[in-house]
Amino acid sequence: MMELLSTRLYYVVAFLLLGVGTYMLVGNTNLVKKVIGMNVFQTGIFLFFVVTAFVDGASPPLLTAPAPYVSPLPHVLILTAIVVGVSLTAVALGLVVRIYHEYGTLDEESIERVIDRD
Amino acid sequence: MTDLPALLVAAPILASVTVLLVGLLRRRTGWPLAVLASVVQLAGAVALAALAFGDEPVRYVVGGFTAPFGIELVVDGASATMVVLIAFVALGILGYARRAGPRSNTFYATYLLLVAGLTGMSLTGDVFNMYVFLEITGLAAYALVATGEGGESALAALKYLLVGTVGASLFLLGIGYAFVATGTLNMADLAMQLEAVGYGSPLVQAAFGLLVVGLFVKVAVFPVHTWQPDAYANAADSVSALISALVSTVAAYALVRIVFTVFTVDFLVANAFARTVLVAAAAVSIVVGSVLAVTQRDLKRMLAYSSISQFGLVVGAVAIGNGTALTGAMIHLVGHGVMKGGLFLTCGLIATATGARTVDEYEGLVERLPVGAGAFAVLALAMVGVPPAVGFVGKWYIALGAVEAAAWPLAVVILASTLLTLAYFARVLERMFFREPTTLATDVETSERAATGEVAADGTGPGREPDPAAVSAGMRATVVAAAVLAVVLGLAAFEYGQLLEPTIERLLA
Repeated sequence: MMELLSTRLYYVVAFLLLGVGTYMLVGNTNLVKKVIGMNVFQTGIFLFFVVTAFVDGASPPLLTAPAPYVSPLPHVLILTAIVVGVSLTAVALGLVVRIYHEYGTLDEESIERVIDRD
Repeated sequence: MTDLPALLVAAPILASVTVLLVGLLRRRTGWPLAVLASVVQLAGAVALAALAFGDEPVRYVVGGFTAPFGIELVVDGASATMVVLIAFVALGILGYARRAGPRSNTFYATYLLLVAGLTGMSLTGDVFNMYVFLEITGLAAYALVATGEGGESALAALKYLLVGTVGASLFLLGIGYAFVATGTLNMADLAMQLEAVGYGSPLVQAAFGLLVVGLFVKVAVFPVHTWQPDAYANAADSVSALISALVSTVAAYALVRIVFTVFTVDFLVANAFARTVLVAAAAVSIVVGSVLAVTQRDLKRMLAYSSISQFGLVVGAVAIGNGTALTGAMIHLVGHGVMKGGLFLTCGLIATATGARTVDEYEGLVERLPVGAGAFAVLALAMVGVPPAVGFVGKWYIALGAVEAAAWPLAVVILASTLLTLAYFARVLERMFFREPTTLATDVETSERAATGEVAADGTGPGREPDPAAVSAGMRATVVAAAVLAVVLGLAAFEYGQLLEPTIERLLA
């Protein structure tokens, strides 16, 4: 079991990041921390993708480099996914700014109290 | 070989940018440009549908890279149906949003972006491409939800964003698993490669689980539905209608694609547990969604919970997995889009005219607003499944499919769903038609106003005063058109079912 985990350290870290991200999403009441948690969660998935393409001792996929090559496809996919992630973060932070202007706080519980009072 | 599929995705994106750019020069150009783009989109969608309802799906190779290496757009009957539905609903809601909706140019730009994302999701034949369009759809939807008044809509949008991102990320992780197992992303190729890997492989099973759970979040199936009621209830009326009619619908279509095109029926046969989970999710969604809908006071929130129950039916049809049930699922997706979109628009119309937003405030509505009450009643009864409305045909096919497959517990739940739907609509209908408006008055002031025959509505949302003059002809026309369409589509649905037959056969092959 330990050997299995230690030889697949990248995968372990990827899923650790997923776990940490999920915990931050659920456990925090601060909205900015939730957004950070979302980013950590996504980073875990990015890492997972990048690692699947990694081959020990392989060269980058260039015509002049010797075989074996690292598969470029997951890296390209992750570039796209990172762009998506950045846009999501931008929209999320925009919403956070609007919520802060509206309620004067970023604490979810305080906001819920304000809404309930209305 | 036609370029239509690619143009249908590209046109709304270009139009979206055009709206923003022209908006810099002249302010009031958003609506006409959006209408122009939607008309073009609808014409293109219908032309594409005419091609796609043949024996063979229309295939388009993007950028000259042939499948399975490049991205491929595949249009069969099911995707063509979705594209036409998207273009049609988008155009219809524009008629409503002229007066009611958020009127800024950025709204129309986001609106067109949503159309582009949804169309892309329907047309693509590549799972990663589907993820990207899923996120484009999501981004546009989050931004649109935040157009509602007050801070609550922003909070609802953020909640939607966080939950939706987790769902989409799980979908991406599922793609990663499938890619590790097979090394391909093209749907048709994946279907073959996954079979070669073996449906018993834990990697394939995990990929299926992640993809399906990710889509469950987007469809709003019961335990992961929490974003939906807040998002629908707090968005602007035209936005609730657009999102409820299209976003979950296309996500459910994606579920059909993933389960039947990528994993195929053989996977479901080989993995009884996967089917059990689908059946359980469907049954729980149908029952719990309806029960929660009954407990709601706010009309829009009630309709949101009703969506959870209705999409439970579609997931049920996917779990049954025979031709009859899948035909029913497609009909129900189209029908639900028209009916639920129409109901949200009607709610918006009624709220604009009378200020009524809760179930109690609907008392005696038929006397104050006959058009709104009538349209609401027709759409609600169509949703319950009264023949000949389209809601009946969809449920009928799904129930028939359940009986054919001898899935008795699910068949019982599906038939009971009609009664459950009646449970939450009946109390609204009863208040609208069979009660006096005066009984609504709880304090002296409103009863006096009611007695003098004035508008007897209290408890309007903050900043929303009832204003009958704000109801435009376009709003009325859209609502009535939705009600008429809900019935007319029901009459045409059986022919449509036959038209869809080759597509369904290919899905199940």
